[in-house]
Amino acid sequence: MMEIDIKELEKKFQLKIDKDIRIEPNDWMPDAYRKTLIRQISQHAHSEVVGMLPEGNWITRAPNLRRKAVLLAKVQDEAGHGLYLYSAAETLGADREQTIDDLHSGKAKYSSIFNYPTLSWADMGAVGWLVDGAAIMNQVPLCRCSYGPYARAMVRVCKEESFHQRQGFEIMTKLASGTSAQKEMAQDAFNRFWWPALMMFGPSDADSSHTEQSMRWKIKRHTNDELRQMFVDATVPQAELIGLTIPDQDLKWNTVKEGYDYGAINWDEFWQVVGGNGPCNKERVDARRKAKEDGKWVVEAAMAFAQKRSAKKSA
Amino acid sequence: MTKKEALYQYLLRMGDDSLILGQRLSELCGHGPILEEDIATTNISLDLIGQATLLLEYAGELADEPKTNDELAFLRIEKHYANALLVEQPNGNFGDTMMRQFLFDAYRKPLLEQLMQSVDKRLAGIAEKALKETKYHLRHSSEWVIRLGDGTQESHSKVQASLESLYRYAHELFFENEVDEILLNEGIIPAAKTLFPLWEKTVTEVLEMATMSLPKNNWKFQGGREGRHSEHMGFLLAEMQYMQRTYPNMEW
Amino acid sequence: MEKSKEWPLWEVFIRSKQGLNHKHVGSLRASDATMAIKNARDVYTRRSEGISIWVVPSNNITASDPNNEDSLFEPAQSKVYRHPTFYDVPDGISHM
Repeated sequence: MMEIDIKELEKKFQLKIDKDIRIEPNDWMPDAYRKTLIRQISQHAHSEVVGMLPEGNWITRAPNLRRKAVLLAKVQDEAGHGLYLYSAAETLGADREQTIDDLHSGKAKYSSIFNYPTLSWADMGAVGWLVDGAAIMNQVPLCRCSYGPYARAMVRVCKEESFHQRQGFEIMTKLASGTSAQKEMAQDAFNRFWWPALMMFGPSDADSSHTEQSMRWKIKRHTNDELRQMFVDATVPQAELIGLTIPDQDLKWNTVKEGYDYGAINWDEFWQVVGGNGPCNKERVDARRKAKEDGKWVVEAAMAFAQKRSAKKSA
Repeated sequence: MTKKEALYQYLLRMGDDSLILGQRLSELCGHGPILEEDIATTNISLDLIGQATLLLEYAGELADEPKTNDELAFLRIEKHYANALLVEQPNGNFGDTMMRQFLFDAYRKPLLEQLMQSVDKRLAGIAEKALKETKYHLRHSSEWVIRLGDGTQESHSKVQASLESLYRYAHELFFENEVDEILLNEGIIPAAKTLFPLWEKTVTEVLEMATMSLPKNNWKFQGGREGRHSEHMGFLLAEMQYMQRTYPNMEW
Repeated sequence: MEKSKEWPLWEVFIRSKQGLNHKHVGSLRASDATMAIKNARDVYTRRSEGISIWVVPSNNITASDPNNEDSLFEPAQSKVYRHPTFYDVPDGISHM
């Protein structure tokens, strides 16, 4: 295609975006837009699927039948969400198996929060409340993302996730009003997950390489720092309500901006975890790779069976 | 043994079958061969935990000293669990998991169908709800047994091996003792001998479609129904009971 | 990695209740149609979102080309007489 044509198409494309017209799979789109979306959607899908592991770690040890069922249903939802998202990525031509192999080879990333271990039952509360809470902050604006299939997948995900954060907060509330051992467990989990949860919104705006273009394309609607601020402002009163202490001595209400000022985030730790040095990076990817390798013969068998049956039918 | 004691025992058997199999399947959440199957297995696990919740709740009300379903699920000693040995067997490979499920579902479905006619209305009600779920489980597990059996050479030999090792545990599902005698006379439960041919028919049909053959080894393990479990059971319970044992008498 | 072994992609359509059309909800992987229906039930109707499911192999769908959008759909836009609002109804008639 001639360069002049591409310029023209790009202009038309941006015009559509500016008018809030959704982009659909077969529409012309700039390569960079497609690539950005594939990267973001598949990272998002991987995060859902890897995110099953830290919580999956406590399903067999859940303290009662109700908690066991709720946690199972929640982790199952994450699998569903991963699937909706892989399905959205496939509309852009990203083959699911290839995408997953990129995760297993370390080429593709996922949310770093899932590289932290879940050490006690209270972590199920902290993860549901903080991690899902932060994820929802991120995801609600994505329901209006310019790419149709991604936006529609997010609508579905957000609808289903509303119970996730609540069940986490319910676990925490119960613990925080329980025995001293339970309170201690809750505070400890909160201490460990608070900062990593803040890091979930990604590097601060000054250091974020993708933000500007993504905002212009309406893949992103808020900057990382804006979302982080919204999360802090929403979460601090919740923690105070159930009597947990925010592990940040610098946290204070700022009357001018009508929001909380919070302490410095340890970005060193963030980049270390992104780079592979989180406490569980290896375990998480190994577990996913093992699931695929152990299931390879099953996938092959089902395919062989389907081929045999369709051969029989047409014979 | 009174009727009440017998019913308590019987509900424990059913409740524990559901609980322990549900617990086993829950270990797999996040580790399935493909996402779609991960979701399906978790659904089955959720159904079974739901059944256990209802069955153990009813059992708890009939206990000498009334107990909650959570107390029964999490605070008994190993000897007091009455599940069949089959359901406590480890997940093994996917073929083992599906074969264990299939052998169980093929028994559970006719059992629930007949329990719907029970003179005990509460048990009949639980059976009605559970039957809808179990029909789906049986379809799922039998379809997989057929796919694996008639899939590749590798899958055929793997799932045949699963059958060889698990078949020996299946006959215990038809265990009967004084409990059954009492409840049968009261019209509360069906006789095992009416269930066995139905189970056998399903198993034979599915294995035939799967191009598999019944094991030659006719040995029948039993013990679970009387509280004599396999070595695997202690570890399963240690994990499942961890929170309740470590932090006694707390609300979660 | 051998690509041919991957399960095919299926598009899923769900009827949420009696009286409504089946609506596209997404896609999934399955080795055959039976499995695709089952997977669709587990993936897309976990909260009773549907009472009927259609699955279609994705590669069996023929889509219109968005580059021809103008010639395919614009002619219809000028045929306003297909819409009831095109017609004047005398004041005395409330329902037609």
